[in-house]
Amino acid sequence: MTNAMELYQMLPKTNCKKCGKTSCMAFAVALMARELTPEDCPPLKEESKYRENYEKLKEIFKPSEGATETGLIVHEDLCFGCGNCVVACPPNVANDPYGVGSGNAPRNVNKLVLTIEDGIVKAQNLEECRRFGKNKILCNGCIVTCPVEAIEFV
Amino acid sequence: MEKNYYVCTGCGLLCDDIEVESEKNIINKVYTACRVGVAHMKEVRGEAGFRVDNAPVDEATAIREAASILKNAKNPLIFGLGTSTDEAQKLAIELARKTDATLDDTSSFCLGPLVEALLQDKIKTCTLDDVRNKADVIIFWGADPSDSHPRHLSKHSYFPRGSEKQRGWEEERTAIAIDVRKSHTAKICGNYFFQIPPEGDAEFIDALIAALSGKLPKTSYNYPPKKILELANILKGAKFGVIFAGLGLIYSLKDMEPVFRLMKALNEKANFQLVPMVGHYNMRGFNENLYAETGYVNRVKFENGTVKHGPEYSVVESLKAKTVDAALIIGSDPLSSLPRSVSKNLLEIPVISIDPCETLTSKHSKVYINTAISGVESGGSATRMDGIKVSFKPVVETARLSDEATLKKIMEAL
Repeated sequence: MTNAMELYQMLPKTNCKKCGKTSCMAFAVALMARELTPEDCPPLKEESKYRENYEKLKEIFKPSEGATETGLIVHEDLCFGCGNCVVACPPNVANDPYGVGSGNAPRNVNKLVLTIEDGIVKAQNLEECRRFGKNKILCNGCIVTCPVEAIEFV
Repeated sequence: MEKNYYVCTGCGLLCDDIEVESEKNIINKVYTACRVGVAHMKEVRGEAGFRVDNAPVDEATAIREAASILKNAKNPLIFGLGTSTDEAQKLAIELARKTDATLDDTSSFCLGPLVEALLQDKIKTCTLDDVRNKADVIIFWGADPSDSHPRHLSKHSYFPRGSEKQRGWEEERTAIAIDVRKSHTAKICGNYFFQIPPEGDAEFIDALIAALSGKLPKTSYNYPPKKILELANILKGAKFGVIFAGLGLIYSLKDMEPVFRLMKALNEKANFQLVPMVGHYNMRGFNENLYAETGYVNRVKFENGTVKHGPEYSVVESLKAKTVDAALIIGSDPLSSLPRSVSKNLLEIPVISIDPCETLTSKHSKVYINTAISGVESGGSATRMDGIKVSFKPVVETARLSDEATLKKIMEAL
């Protein structure tokens, strides 16, 4: 995973403000947070001297296209449905303490981020995920508990 | 709203919180179960099948043929039953008594010695619900539940919140793996993975006992003493510790004596219980049923109303010595699972195979009866790995006979 500084190095660094941000650094941070995409920087997209960097940036953000809003990807070929992530996920525990929080079947799936369906983990209700929205934190509860690295954030 | 939960009979955990969507006897979706359970439940298919000499026959012929094999045999072997219900197992014991048979199950080369010790109260044990509610130190010794019992860690042993463990696994539980390789479970245990060489378990136990009493732990394979002392310190502080003993531990020990010593040493300093990691969903049930009936957990021979017990009556030894002259195999595939030098002797005697799946054994059987998958197509009760009785109902209907019904019919024909 890249950091905002690395992304900044690939931007025009002219602080033209055409993207609506106050500086290229701010754009890089927004890019990192996935609020904006490389296409939102007009000079980068249009001017030929930035083409190489534009392609590179697009490549970096490509895997996230298939991912959910929080960047969560489930590798269905690896997952075997042990449910460790379901039981360890903090919002899951908070929203259903006696169901999934206690290792049992979900009692109320309406607010659960992760559930097991046909032996494979499914992600939904991503607004509940701690990686979602403005106050997000880099929670990794579902990743560290997975024995086969079937969950990834991009 | 009260939900309709089913029990999964895919492994020894017997998860009782499975939701199933089915239509016209076909299972479409399975919720909460792991991949093992889903595959097990969706396996359902087809019509009942009866074969004699690999040619399809009707039910009556197959049952008659099976009965005559058992009747003509002087010492038939009845083997398997790890994936049969309690009811079927009790019938099989009765059948063995009636036919003067040698009766054994997979536990004779599996976790039998441990289950026997538990039934004789030689080792302290607890239920999986106790583990969820109280356990603070959990050891997976020679076991890899992430692969063998996928929901073990998430439903019972490590991740769930329990009545006395409400702050979560990071703060309140320590999971330890002792194994010969870095298994998927060991990966979750992180720094608390202790890799030992194959057959190094007995020495490791001795070293651990020495470390528990403050002596310098020594092993011939030079395991870092500091790490063993660190482990001993964690174990000493356990308020409710559990050892999940798997086949890796059993196979590397000559007998169970080191385990008894370890449990004694641990319980002098802390509070430790042991739960065997039973694989087949009702292997422990067989051990308990036979124990209640005869006082032994496996390897018995019935003779004129008396019961004999000994290693020579195990499936391996009796096939090796060719003391049995027919075999009734229920829900097991010894031709695939036993060494060829032993299992090839099965080809010389008439075999009756009762199994929901087509196996190598069923293909080489004189009589093959395709039965219902218990827990999916037929109901009953079974014993979970920790000794809790679980009863279950079928998920779908089938025309196939259950193990229990098949055995009943064979007994009537006798």
